[in-house]
Amino acid sequence: MKILVCISHVPDTTTKIQFSGDGKSLNATGVTFVINPNDEFGLSRAIGFQEEGKQVTITAISVGGAEVEPTLRKALAIGANDAVRINAPATDAAFVAKQIAEYAKDKGFDLIFTGKESIDYNGSMVPGMLAEMLQIPFVSFATKIDLTSDTTATVLREIDGGQEVLNTTLPAVVSCQKDVAKERIPNMRGIMASRTKPLAVVQPSDNEAFVNTISYNYPPAKGGCTYLKADSEVEKLAEILHAKGFI
Amino acid sequence: MVLLFAENSNGALKKPIFEAATYAYDLAQAMGTSVAAVSVGQISDSELQKLGNYGINKVYKISDSNLDSFANGAYSAAISEVANATGAKAVVLAQTYNGRAVAPRLAVKLGAAAYSGMISLPDVANGFATNRSAFSSKGIETVATSKDRLVITVKSNSYKITENATDASIENFAFTSNSIGYDAIAKEIIKASEGISLTEADLVVSAGRGMKGPENWGIIEELAKLIGAATACSKPVSDMDWRGHHEHVGQTGIQIAPNLYIAVGISGAIQHLAGVSSSKTIVVINKDAEAPFFKIADIGIVGDLFEVVPKLISAIQKYK
Repeated sequence: MKILVCISHVPDTTTKIQFSGDGKSLNATGVTFVINPNDEFGLSRAIGFQEEGKQVTITAISVGGAEVEPTLRKALAIGANDAVRINAPATDAAFVAKQIAEYAKDKGFDLIFTGKESIDYNGSMVPGMLAEMLQIPFVSFATKIDLTSDTTATVLREIDGGQEVLNTTLPAVVSCQKDVAKERIPNMRGIMASRTKPLAVVQPSDNEAFVNTISYNYPPAKGGCTYLKADSEVEKLAEILHAKGFI
Repeated sequence: MVLLFAENSNGALKKPIFEAATYAYDLAQAMGTSVAAVSVGQISDSELQKLGNYGINKVYKISDSNLDSFANGAYSAAISEVANATGAKAVVLAQTYNGRAVAPRLAVKLGAAAYSGMISLPDVANGFATNRSAFSSKGIETVATSKDRLVITVKSNSYKITENATDASIENFAFTSNSIGYDAIAKEIIKASEGISLTEADLVVSAGRGMKGPENWGIIEELAKLIGAATACSKPVSDMDWRGHHEHVGQTGIQIAPNLYIAVGISGAIQHLAGVSSSKTIVVINKDAEAPFFKIADIGIVGDLFEVVPKLISAIQKYK
């Protein structure tokens, strides 16, 4: 079985964000980039299949310039068998989905994992677009994935007010979230091995972006916090909540 | 035309759909065009007529028995048929779990640009330029498109519902697509515990590690019940299984934007704030005056939650 794990290269949540002087791009100087946390859950789950004794090959793929290679190497260190970088800036969801679909369409992947969303833009668009382009089933916001045969899987997904159990044929796209698997920290052996695992660079197919960035700005600063005293002013909080119409 | 996907939950239209309906109506006004809705699955005409309250005067109803249970491939095929038959320039969906699963497929089918999690109308005279939050709320990105067709999801609890009463006429629409053969099949639905759905809740009471253990959650549930709020929790609490994952708000949990968010015993790690910072009013109760959550709070109480919360409950009871 072959699993493709889509990896988004994103700024770490705790990193300071600065934009270039003209406001057209992110200033990457000093920014720590990581594997999108939601993507890591899918990668971990794929490694779990291997540990369960299934014959699984895991390919990590990312769309981006040479700067995403350390992030792909980290995926290799965690346990992916090989990696692919599509050599183009990840401009928008439609472009990224198209690049991955073009790469994946004749490679015989049985499962394609993505995160439920990337933590930089939170669009949650790539997985569904990818499934549509490849004309295969899509299960979103998965919390549990089990293989039931070489060509079928059972997936639990989050829905409004509960969860839903689905059976799907393979190939399929599954977008993963927490609970699919625990994150894994690469060990020294994995890090050593990652240096020599194959990382192929593929040229992009010619596809335009649908949505373009015009500029970046900083959000307005939040007005300060009004402090109330714990011993004498809790009733005032109730008063404020009442005045605002919450109670 | 602007087309709303009027998603139903077991035959009922819920609040996020009325928010999206208002958005669709306002977008149609801005574009100088008409608005309509498409309904897929089993729902009564009287329920669909509620859309008339929000300015939707036409509903295309698809009640094909193959579409009784939600499937993102089949539903996107059904919606795209109506979009193509009516020449819709924009399709608006509520950003529910199902809306988020359908929207990307629909965008590909329609060759449309996709905007997700919208909280305001795009600039229709200027390439549909719009702002979106980026990098865990640390930046605002302005985007635009050269496409003349859009698929938009509207963030829950973020677009004010307004009434524009009209009569919604309902027309049955025959679904003809045979390209629905690539869906996972829903087998069973497991309901979360009864209560208010987090993404739809106006008011949320959330608690973290400061609670010291799951056995202490009584005061949180009592406060939430008293004010009609949903309950939520931080990631460590969900990781330790003190509360279920469906309550976890934050970057890898659920992102919410309620009118009131009361955070009890949560320090406010940036990963948590990424999921709740769109809340309109934030109240923080924490014994640590240095807790980062106070930086984005509107109202803060530094104190022992086991004393403050019971006091707050009795203070609120006076208004009930």
